[in-house]
Amino acid sequence: MSVRLLDGGECCLVVELGEAIDLAVNRHVRALGLALEQARGNGVLEAVPTYRSLAIYYDPMTIDRDALGQQIGMLYDSLGDQDDQTPRVIEIPTVYGGAYGPDLEFVARHSGLSPDEVIRLHTEPLYHVYMLGFMAGFPYLGDLAERLAIPRLSTPRLKVPAGSVGIGGRQTGIYSIESPGGWRIIGRTFLRLFDPSAEVPTPMLPGDKVRFVRIEPHEYESEQRGRL
Amino acid sequence: MDAFEVIQPGLLTTVQDLGRIGYQKYGVPTSGAMDQTALRAANLLLDNEEGLAGLEATAEGPTLRALLDLVVAIVGADMQPLVDGKPVECGTAIGIRSGQILELQRARRGLRGYLAIAGGIDVPVMLGSRSTCLPAAFGGVHGRALCSGDRLPIGPVGRRPMALSGRRLPEGWVEPISEVLTVRVILGPQEERFTPEGIRTFLSGSYRLTPQMDRMGARLHGPPIAHQSGADIISDSTPLGAVQVPPDGQPMILLADRQTTGGYAKIAVVVQEDIFRLCQATPGQVIRFCRISMPEACAAIRAYKGRFDALRQAWQSLPGKRDSYRLSLGARSYRVDVEGEKGTYRVSLEGMERKSEDAEEQ
Repeated sequence: MSVRLLDGGECCLVVELGEAIDLAVNRHVRALGLALEQARGNGVLEAVPTYRSLAIYYDPMTIDRDALGQQIGMLYDSLGDQDDQTPRVIEIPTVYGGAYGPDLEFVARHSGLSPDEVIRLHTEPLYHVYMLGFMAGFPYLGDLAERLAIPRLSTPRLKVPAGSVGIGGRQTGIYSIESPGGWRIIGRTFLRLFDPSAEVPTPMLPGDKVRFVRIEPHEYESEQRGRL
Repeated sequence: MDAFEVIQPGLLTTVQDLGRIGYQKYGVPTSGAMDQTALRAANLLLDNEEGLAGLEATAEGPTLRALLDLVVAIVGADMQPLVDGKPVECGTAIGIRSGQILELQRARRGLRGYLAIAGGIDVPVMLGSRSTCLPAAFGGVHGRALCSGDRLPIGPVGRRPMALSGRRLPEGWVEPISEVLTVRVILGPQEERFTPEGIRTFLSGSYRLTPQMDRMGARLHGPPIAHQSGADIISDSTPLGAVQVPPDGQPMILLADRQTTGGYAKIAVVVQEDIFRLCQATPGQVIRFCRISMPEACAAIRAYKGRFDALRQAWQSLPGKRDSYRLSLGARSYRVDVEGEKGTYRVSLEGMERKSEDAEEQ
């Protein structure tokens, strides 16, 4: 795999490990990120894994850019090609359609499927969490069924409730906090995807696997009531 | 201990420190003061650690009632501060008595004013920082901008704070805002996604700050920058100061509350010091981009940090500090001399002398 070092200003070095969204590339990104976390302290402030690159934020007064680049090269060579640890599988109880998934009907019509078939296709795969970003706790889940691929809204909604399950292009994801958004919303989960009072503020991390599990509206509602 | 009660919050006033480091991998923005130069200087004026939390006020500042005797410093935008209606100076340590009203008005130079308090604002640390994260609504005061009635707690005050009052930033510390603001950038990480002509346009054109600017980013308007083959990349990390170019070719500079990842190609990243300068500019400001090399950027950082080291050293020792005040009581005027350090000080009032070991008493 090719390693390219790119500068993101004087405080950020981007290690790019590939040109495509690819599970193997993503695994290398995460492995390098974990290795660097352990080496934190010598001028490295944080490492942010994305689909195919790792951004390393550093203090240029403590560590020189070229020295950091060399260190990364050595670290990368020592990683080898070990397999992932057994990934965690996180289930997302999701109520589909109705007020919780206002775009389900539209998605069904657009793809020539019934709403139940849309739900079946959406709940079938074991999705890989490629990265977190866009907003606090938002997981980028790849590999949405091709038949469900759909363009984003031309005018984004101003408020998408937290827990909304959306699809856009060939991706699916969960709005972790209330925010504006342009994805098609097909359901909602009661799981809390961002908790700033926890040291690890998100329940899922890059590398985890996610499966959506269909629940009924009354299950969602009783869960919500239980939290009040 | 609560230091201030908010009487009127201003346009957008938030608690900020130097930001949240270590949580971008969870999608959490770094947040923090937009003009970190101003916040650091305000803290240093008060012998605070540079990273303690203060208030960031935008365009029009808040009105606050002091609940204690305290010392504050205001640096950054000139918000024409008043104490009980009387003007006080920016860039100095200002003693305020319990019950007095501190008012920060509309900024007449710059955009963001920073108020530091001796002891720092002591809201709870969340994910390693006290900064307000507006997009995810946490940190600071309940994750939001200040509201009337909020109270601001402060941390322990180190040194006898009143002895600081009168301390001021050196002349010329706050630079005037010029007609054209030149911003230094390092090209990359995706400069190859642009045509050579596009890069020339970026480095030679004049861009204006549009009114679309907030804590997340600033949109600029000027000659469009041409991409090689589309604006989209596979989403990756977005550093502070990154210049993204969406399909319309108009650059956007990403700031403190930016999303941690993004899918537009980034032509360059603004060097840290100039991000802070940029954050004082108002809509309509003309910006030009000037390319520098990595060694030049590192030299600039060294010089920048050096300025703070010099300030810190100059202010490190206060032994035997002596200040004179004029005090008017009715028709009579007295000279008051104050001298001493830490827990002991001496006040003399026209030959009468009173000694105390109590650091809290002034």
